[in-house]
Amino acid sequence: MKLLTLNFLTCARKTCKSTAAAFPLHPKEAELEQVEMELNPLFVKNMLPRLDWEAMKTLATELGLPNLPAETPVAEELANESGEPTQTLRDLHTLLMETAIASGKLVCGNCGHEYAVKEGIANFLLPSHMV
Amino acid sequence: MSRPEDILPPDLFYDDAESRKYTTSSRIRNIQADMTNRALALLDLEHPSLILDLGCGSGLSGEILSDVSAEEGGPHTWVGMDISASMLGQALERDTDGDMLLADIGQGVPFRAGTFDAAISISAIQWLCNAETSDVSPEGRLKRFFDGLYASLKRGGKAVCQFYPKNTQQRNLISQAAIKAGFGAGILEDDPETKNVKYYLVLSVGGGDVTGAVREMENVDVQDARRRERKRGKEVERKGSKAWITRKKAQMEAKGKVVKNSSKYTGRRRRTAF
Ligand SMILES: C[S@@+](CC[C@H](N)C(=O)[O-])C[C@H]1O[C@@H](n2cnc3c(N)ncnc32)[C@H](O)[C@@H]1O
Ligand SMILES: [Zn+2]
Repeated sequence: MKLLTLNFLTCARKTCKSTAAAFPLHPKEAELEQVEMELNPLFVKNMLPRLDWEAMKTLATELGLPNLPAETPVAEELANESGEPTQTLRDLHTLLMETAIASGKLVCGNCGHEYAVKEGIANFLLPSHMV
Repeated sequence: MSRPEDILPPDLFYDDAESRKYTTSSRIRNIQADMTNRALALLDLEHPSLILDLGCGSGLSGEILSDVSAEEGGPHTWVGMDISASMLGQALERDTDGDMLLADIGQGVPFRAGTFDAAISISAIQWLCNAETSDVSPEGRLKRFFDGLYASLKRGGKAVCQFYPKNTQQRNLISQAAIKAGFGAGILEDDPETKNVKYYLVLSVGGGDVTGAVREMENVDVQDARRRERKRGKEVERKGSKAWITRKKAQMEAKGKVVKNSSKYTGRRRRTAF
């Protein structure tokens, strides 16, 4: 599961949905993998305003990744004067699209439920009493 | 032919054997690809987008999203949800690009508000009408699903769900649930009144223009109908056309029912609405 996806995923329980603590989910015993993806500058640009940068920083810290800049990069930083992709764009691409959780758990900060991740797929099936 | 939905719950129906058979059948792959392309045309996305694929299965629909060229506004990035671990296993084997969740869309859509540019669902949501246990109802599951989908789409976002309703009642149950969740909604029928009829539920979150997309596609229907005419060598009137309405009205009148007088507006296209 890409870090991009983790920046949007919340706890599935109804009682958690509206609480701030249910996002972001916290990785536990996570094994990371690096997956090569083609650079898609327009996609990254499209996603930028939708990212929750605070959550992104939390994720990076919890996964032991290098510290992220304090503020969300802005669209102007993605390309230089001649329209070439900048290092900022490449770094974002690596972080969001190529860094993924291969296995481990995702824990809700509100209810404590642990969602297992195997082969990159998170199990979000809830027993009916938890729905 | 019996419907798989009436035989078993989806996670049991799509077991390892069925998932492999489904994913490797070239007939199925072609049909799913056609419907996905149709849904994409209806979504009319201009930029590389983040798309939610509901009931993504083995990624037959998703891989088409990844393959949209830059000239056509792609490639898109998708996140899939499916209840069958075997289907997702097939997707892993085929090394598709999207992220996937093992999840029941009838339990909701676990993403924060405004996450996705768009959503598609190909041949999946009719399954929501089969509630497997006594503590959940189809209505309850449809509500969870559409409420969650609505919230997860950004403003102006669209969703297109191709589905196989069992009957008119099921079709209405589904479309009404979508409307209750707040969507602007319309149903597009391809190849109406044939055994290959396909239903596309086209949904928009405030500000999106469903009618524009559907109206444009209706022209394609007209051409489809003409093509059928030629093949069969006889006149086929398009459902909803003036000729069709006039004939239906005559039928209804013959049965003693009260029908509206025909006017110059009869059979004209209106805004899509229920
Ligand atoms: C006919 S397959 C279509 C798969 C894929 N969209 C395609 O076009 O090839 C239907 C899929 O819907 C999934 N499905 C059925 N009910 C579901 C539910 N409640 N939640 C998530 N997925 C579901 C099934 O597991 C199956 O993979
Ligand atoms: Zn929770």
